[in-house]
Amino acid sequence: MTELRIEGLSKRFGTYFALDDVSITIPHGRFVCLLGPSGCGKTTLLRVIAGLEAPSAGRVLVDGVDQTAVPTHKRGMGMVFQSLALFPHLDVAGNIAYPLAIRGVDRAKRAARAQELLDLVKLPGMGGRRIHQLSGGQRQRVAIARGLSIDPQVFLLDEPLSALDAGLREHMQIELRQIQQSLGVTTVVVTHDQKEALTMADLVIVMKEGKVQQAGTPMEVYHAPANAFVADFIGSTNLMPCDCDGKAISVLGARLPVVEGDLIRATGAAQLSVRPENVALVPPAEGIPAEVTFIRDLGESVHFVMTAGGRTITAQVPPAARPEIAVGDAVGLAFRPGHRVVLA
Amino acid sequence: MNGAVTPRWIALWPALMLGLFFLVPFGIMISVSFAQRDAGGFYQPGFELASYARFLAPFFARVLGVSLAVSLGAAAICVLLAFPFTVFLASMSRKVQTRVLVVLLSVLSLSEVIIGFSLSTLLSQTAGIGNLFYWLGLIEAPRAYTPSLFALMTGLCYLGFPFAVLVLYAPVSRLDPEVVEAARTMGASAPRAFMGVVVPMLRGAIVGAFILVFVFTLGSYLLPQLLGRPEHWTLSVHITDQAIYQANLPFAAAMSVFLMLVAMALVGLSSLAARDGGAA
Repeated sequence: MTELRIEGLSKRFGTYFALDDVSITIPHGRFVCLLGPSGCGKTTLLRVIAGLEAPSAGRVLVDGVDQTAVPTHKRGMGMVFQSLALFPHLDVAGNIAYPLAIRGVDRAKRAARAQELLDLVKLPGMGGRRIHQLSGGQRQRVAIARGLSIDPQVFLLDEPLSALDAGLREHMQIELRQIQQSLGVTTVVVTHDQKEALTMADLVIVMKEGKVQQAGTPMEVYHAPANAFVADFIGSTNLMPCDCDGKAISVLGARLPVVEGDLIRATGAAQLSVRPENVALVPPAEGIPAEVTFIRDLGESVHFVMTAGGRTITAQVPPAARPEIAVGDAVGLAFRPGHRVVLA
Repeated sequence: MNGAVTPRWIALWPALMLGLFFLVPFGIMISVSFAQRDAGGFYQPGFELASYARFLAPFFARVLGVSLAVSLGAAAICVLLAFPFTVFLASMSRKVQTRVLVVLLSVLSLSEVIIGFSLSTLLSQTAGIGNLFYWLGLIEAPRAYTPSLFALMTGLCYLGFPFAVLVLYAPVSRLDPEVVEAARTMGASAPRAFMGVVVPMLRGAIVGAFILVFVFTLGSYLLPQLLGRPEHWTLSVHITDQAIYQANLPFAAAMSVFLMLVAMALVGLSSLAARDGGAA
């Protein structure tokens, strides 16, 4: 059992706060994604957990034991770096077994463990290869195997898949998740790719400017965002100013009664968030009047970009339900009841 | 691809230069080494092995030994000093790095003569650092530190150090800092990460710096005379002596050829060692 707890962690560079009073508890065996735009402090948080960076304030605890003063090489965590940081002077097996060699594990046990891990990351029999003979995806797997070779209590990955092309990246996301589930190791991954986070994570932690914006399951952060930043960063959404009294939402000149399933996080002057798939196109007289300005047909779905009351609203419909509408047509907009989120 | 922009025959240019300014003089030197000495001051063309035979005397074997020991020692000291220095330098800000490199490059503009005379003054009894130590109460009376092996090594290292740093600088500054961090997260202490990861990754550059300083100091003939005792005189000093003062060009040429063969053999061996080490 390995519970990772972060308490009141701050990291200051001069007057700039890279981390501002971050507190998170990660239960044993969970896969956590730290998600946010660049400069949000997610990599700094990972480096503080690994001990590569000393926090200005706060503590890192593993199973209740304070690790803040423990030097990196005594923390026993596994880490995969953005550049992978494989050792070119060692072969694949030598790389994977390096943490064991440091710990004085004998040669036969090291070779056996390297083989076991190569099987786990689906590179059987590749132990004798040189690093420069491997493809990008293979290097990725070697780096993951090396991070896992000592059976770490905590497994940390810093944008591990960012160097791979899109197809391979999706494949590796699934594989990484499967490896993590089979081992049950507490894992923290830094990413700026929200799809990656939604694919892999048990728990998504959305960060901005050194602060945690929301921590929740992928579906919580998607369907019940804590604020407008999270709503906009996870997936895409339509944000518009509204006024809400708890019983109805006034938006774009319409008054929409609140129904079961709508999420009201703020009253008074607020922001309404509606996902494009929850915007319906209706005859002009039955909805909020809008004009179609662009149609984006992606095959799997069709996006209608419209202006209503001076704001741009996007609706996403499946191709089978595509209405006969052309650019310049007047349409009516309806926000699907039960899928409306009012945020501060 | 490049062929369209740069014509292939351009590669002939360096080959031509190499042939003209290296191979031709080298050929002349080899032919001179087999020539017959003319006591009048030059040589008679011919083919005899007298110069090589003379070289087989124990005296010259010892001189060769001194030459190699002095140059290998200087190369080892230079690399041992330059490697940590360069690693430290690469961790500084860009601005500091540029300044230090400019200073190092400007040291290269000093000739061996200037370095030799400056050091012999600095280490002398009358005007040298001995006076400073005496004034500080470290020694009983001012003394000279030159001529000595210490003075000679100091001079050669002064000469070789900038070259060693310049050879090491590019690979060291390109080293991914995450590699060291990775070794740290895997349980290596800072010294262990340095010895186990940084040094092996830079093995090629270290051997390169070592060879450069070795070859460079092997050819030095002024510093041993200025700063060393006669027993520290290297083969280069004796070659100069034979060529210029003893007017025995064939013998000087024979010694040069021999020195070059030995140096090439050593360079070949060490680069072979670097390659083997890299593949192990």
